[in-house]
Amino acid sequence: MSDNIIEVRGLKKYYLGGQVKALDGIDADIKKGEVVVIIGPSGSGKSTFLRSLNLLEMPTDGTINFNGVNITDKKVDINIHRQKMGMVFQHFNLFNNMNIIKNMTIAPTQLLKKSKEEANEKALTLLKRVGLEDRAEAYPSQLSGGQKQRVAIVRALCMEPEVMLFDEPTSALDPEMVGEVLDVMKDLARAGMTMVVVTHEMGFAREVGTRVIFMDGGRIIEENNPKDFFENPQNDRLKDFLSKVL
Amino acid sequence: MNALSLWFSELKETFISCFITDDRWEWLVEGFVNSVIITVFALLLGLVVGVILAAVRSSYDKNEESMKIRGGIGYYVLKLLNAIAKIYITVMRGIPVVVQLMIWYFVIMVSAEDIPIAIVAFGLNSGAYVAEIFRGGIMSIDNGQFEAGRSLGFSYFQTMVHVVIPQTVKSTLPTLLNELIALFKETSIAGYVGILDLTKAGERIRGITFEAFMPLIAVAIVYLVTVVLLTKIVAIIERRLRRNER
Ligand SMILES: Nc1ncnc2c1ncn2[C@@H]1O[C@H](COP(=O)(O)OP(=O)(O)OP(=O)(O)O)[C@@H](O)[C@H]1O
Ligand SMILES: [Mg+2]
Repeated sequence: MSDNIIEVRGLKKYYLGGQVKALDGIDADIKKGEVVVIIGPSGSGKSTFLRSLNLLEMPTDGTINFNGVNITDKKVDINIHRQKMGMVFQHFNLFNNMNIIKNMTIAPTQLLKKSKEEANEKALTLLKRVGLEDRAEAYPSQLSGGQKQRVAIVRALCMEPEVMLFDEPTSALDPEMVGEVLDVMKDLARAGMTMVVVTHEMGFAREVGTRVIFMDGGRIIEENNPKDFFENPQNDRLKDFLSKVL
Repeated sequence: MNALSLWFSELKETFISCFITDDRWEWLVEGFVNSVIITVFALLLGLVVGVILAAVRSSYDKNEESMKIRGGIGYYVLKLLNAIAKIYITVMRGIPVVVQLMIWYFVIMVSAEDIPIAIVAFGLNSGAYVAEIFRGGIMSIDNGQFEAGRSLGFSYFQTMVHVVIPQTVKSTLPTLLNELIALFKETSIAGYVGILDLTKAGERIRGITFEAFMPLIAVAIVYLVTVVLLTKIVAIIERRLRRNER
């Protein structure tokens, strides 16, 4: 047995009958405890890759093993595996028809059959950790963007996932709120959570990433530890990209 | 005797012959009650039919892509159901209700009671409209709400029940109530198949008394007052909903 949580082989995602190759053959392993940061220009396939990992996008070809199970197999019940893969979206996607505590407890009570008390207790502990315990009864529309995203992160954590997927979690935030969300993510990384993060925050990649992946044209062009990735890029497209964003 | 009091006493006589003689006002009451019964039960039937149709149509729209890739018999069943639903909606919306009513009365349910026939005819017709209201409502819910549900491990059905439908009900309620008002007015054609609805009651009085003005004005006023009251109620509900929001 390897210590890979996720193994991706030959992953392809085509749109419009093959006219758009959003993913054009991706191989990647994610190890337990890694914080993998994915960067790349717009349209390079970062979101498609991340969303394929929990099958929000159905791959056109290739396999994804999660804990040794090929989840692209039709016979696999993906809902069971998604419980162990938390996802955080650019636009938060808190359930508008529920208050914060309900947002956080509905999945554990319905899917993990936790008691209401147990789920509430866990949710409140997590809310406290992100400084929002006094907003438990509020509705999503009453929170700021940064608060919503912190709730979205702890909502996913309530399911006790083995890996957390982030798709540009700070891109929709006002600049002054980016820090509070990144801080929560850093804490999570330090606590040993396995994370795959699509972001434009190069500081985050450098500081907490264990590995950085550069995507372009639906492929992985280069990957390395953050130090070498940023200080000694090999591929011309990466050099060009870094010269623009740094 | 001056002209005014002559006119007044004629008016009084007409009024008496239209409404008081032989307790003719009771026809109006019975007709009104029948109109209400047909409207309410037709809407209930329409809601049931509409929810089923909308469930099929939006399941197809939302899952077509992923089911196509995953394959299996489910995809073809859903495709067939979707086609049937589409045909149903097209037929129901393409034929005037009065024609549909006559077909039910004279062709399909020949031996049934009058009012149930009207309920079936108006209800099945209204179902097509309710279906499109619901489908529009489901489609207007941000897809992120749906994806957040699925990413936590909820099935398609669970996500619909806990997240999408509660928000859809809220957003479509005013439109549905307006459908109720439209339906109430639409039932005024029930007299075509001999049902004593409100309009028919006025007609019957006119036929006996040879007075057109008073019975028709009475009928018109009852419709108007009912619709104005219902519209007021809809406005109040709309305001409530908006206040609970944000
Ligand atoms: N549903 C779709 N239909 C057609 N093309 C799509 C669809 N979704 C994505 N694409 C295309 O696939 C490619 C990869 O898109 P993706 O969203 O993964 O890029 P990205 O790297 O996340 O970009 P960004 O930084 O702008 O978020 C793009 O060319 C995009 O236009
Ligand atoms: Mg993206």
